[in-house]
Amino acid sequence: MALLEVENLQTHFRAPDGINRAVDGVNFHVNAGETVAIVGESGCGKSVTAMSILRLIPEPPGKIAGSIRFNGRDLLKCSDREMRAIRGNEISMIFQEPMTSLNPVLTVGRQIGETLRLHQGMSAQQAEARAVEMLKLVGIPEPERRVREYPHQLSGGMRQRVMIAIALACNPKLLIADEPTTALDVTIQAQILDLMRDLKRTVGAAIVIITHDLGVVAEVAERVIVMYAGRKVEEASVEKLFRNPRHPYTQGLLGSMPKLGSSLTGEETRLQEIPGLVPSLKRKLEGCVFASRCSHTTDLCRKVAPALEEKADGHIAACHYAMKEAVAA
Amino acid sequence: MSQPILEVNDLKKHFPIRAGFFGGVTGHVYAVDGVSFSIEKGETLSLVGESGCGKSTVGKAILRLFDITDGQVVLDGTRIDDMPAGTLRPMRRRMQVVFQDPFSSLNPRMRVRDILAEPIRNFGLAKDAADIERRVAELMDRVRLPRDAVNRWPHEFSGGQRQRICIARALAADPDLIICDEAVSALDVSVKAQIVNLLQDLQKELGLAMLFISHDLAIVEHMTHRVAVMYLGKIVEVAPKRQLFAAPKHPYTEALLSAVPVPEPGAARERIILKGDVPSPIRPPKGCRFHTRCPYAFDRCKQDEPQLRQTEDGHFAACHLHDLPAAENPLAGARGAAVIAHH
Repeated sequence: MALLEVENLQTHFRAPDGINRAVDGVNFHVNAGETVAIVGESGCGKSVTAMSILRLIPEPPGKIAGSIRFNGRDLLKCSDREMRAIRGNEISMIFQEPMTSLNPVLTVGRQIGETLRLHQGMSAQQAEARAVEMLKLVGIPEPERRVREYPHQLSGGMRQRVMIAIALACNPKLLIADEPTTALDVTIQAQILDLMRDLKRTVGAAIVIITHDLGVVAEVAERVIVMYAGRKVEEASVEKLFRNPRHPYTQGLLGSMPKLGSSLTGEETRLQEIPGLVPSLKRKLEGCVFASRCSHTTDLCRKVAPALEEKADGHIAACHYAMKEAVAA
Repeated sequence: MSQPILEVNDLKKHFPIRAGFFGGVTGHVYAVDGVSFSIEKGETLSLVGESGCGKSTVGKAILRLFDITDGQVVLDGTRIDDMPAGTLRPMRRRMQVVFQDPFSSLNPRMRVRDILAEPIRNFGLAKDAADIERRVAELMDRVRLPRDAVNRWPHEFSGGQRQRICIARALAADPDLIICDEAVSALDVSVKAQIVNLLQDLQKELGLAMLFISHDLAIVEHMTHRVAVMYLGKIVEVAPKRQLFAAPKHPYTEALLSAVPVPEPGAARERIILKGDVPSPIRPPKGCRFHTRCPYAFDRCKQDEPQLRQTEDGHFAACHLHDLPAAENPLAGARGAAVIAHH
């Protein structure tokens, strides 16, 4: 059984001018110890999916439907009290903005210790000792001194390390990282990605990483889910997705990214564009969600929404025209 | 060679830090500390570096959005950094800017027509109202927006379309030089490609010179002619793009290239992960500013500040390693291919 099973997740928001279908029928699973990336552009519903798992969506105006089974338990049926016991303990989250996600008036030691005292009933001394250990684990020099410092005394990269320390303090089974490196500089991003890879080996938690950066996906993920306009459009192992993307949207995304080293081949190329704009999520979309921007669109695409089909072993795509390989029975 | 459109000589910008009740100056932020480069007509020079390295300050100093501490800015042979405001005005027309955030850089209370007409009117570029209207329509065509969109308000457009309006506004003054300060950084991948292509097309069509300030090395490599890498207020390396990406001559450039995640799973590449953070520009390290994080630093780097020197044709780097015999210089070979993934 998978650690996390998300079935037909629908997160809708009531707005004055209609219902915003931010996430509209998404299925996926995460196995224990696995790293899964959810990738897509702004507004595709990737962050809302992550927030829905932890039920961090304010209801109303939001409304989450479907089922989210974690270790066999449906999180959508849990009481608020049960959810609080899960958040930060069995499932924890790292947010994008390390500057605003830390409390400026508490020492970082207090903030790491808070989850430990709450979930694991540690005393203040035990929690501080463990906080020092956690800071050491995430590679902060002089942890005994840093543990008494306040967030403003740390740089952006160090704050993100503290966020990771908080998230990992209770040995979660699942870690959700929402754009964990987007706000950081490249050299610092490289440090944090390196740290996440190391920690995965030592801690063994499953990771769901939400990002718009395909480079980051290629570096850390094992399996990738591509989202577009609130739906999953493609899913595959990271090698398969990058070698052989099957959905036209994924192909477009990969083609529109300039590759480092492009000048070394000597040929001047033009970036591939995806014409048009993401459709509004306020209208019920008919047919394929990508039909308005796809270069292969036919009448079939405009009328009938393609189902997610297994096009090759473990490679799923929602496109009428994506090539299908003979799947070994 | 003809005269460069822009020359920057030993530019310095130090921001005073004021503290205490009387606001006494207690120190300086050495945001830009001696930067020199030039841009030819029709050329794109990219300024890359991490946040706080001073790249945006250089852009703003050229535009004279503030006065500089020291140095010279020369636009097409005329020194503009000490020009009085009155004589500067016609020069301002010749350099325009596109900022990062298309949401805050357009006035929400002006229609697109008025946004584009303002620079035309301000610099007296049109004969009459009909001429303005004609120029505005041309600008809309240039940036591939429908002509009838001139009656709409900024909030009716998406981020990518707004950035097109910002570009059209920059073109309205008929400039020789456009400074793009992270102009595509806030956009989504697919929209980013549209704007990058547009900027490249416009440069070819209009023969514009461009200063492209960015932290995104893949985009820079795609669209620039030459690259200048900044670290803590100084340029550490300048080179034509192919030379820089194939064989970086400064350890910082090398580390920067190796840190960019590439969309190629399992790519065989050498990784250089820099330790620690960028030091504060209030108290930059003595000697080479990069020595605190440099994997190759030796004793001389802590004392002696390296100067930008030519290592090969058109390729300048500020690093003591190039004084060592080639056998001991880790940057002597073609390092780019090793730290960038193979294709």
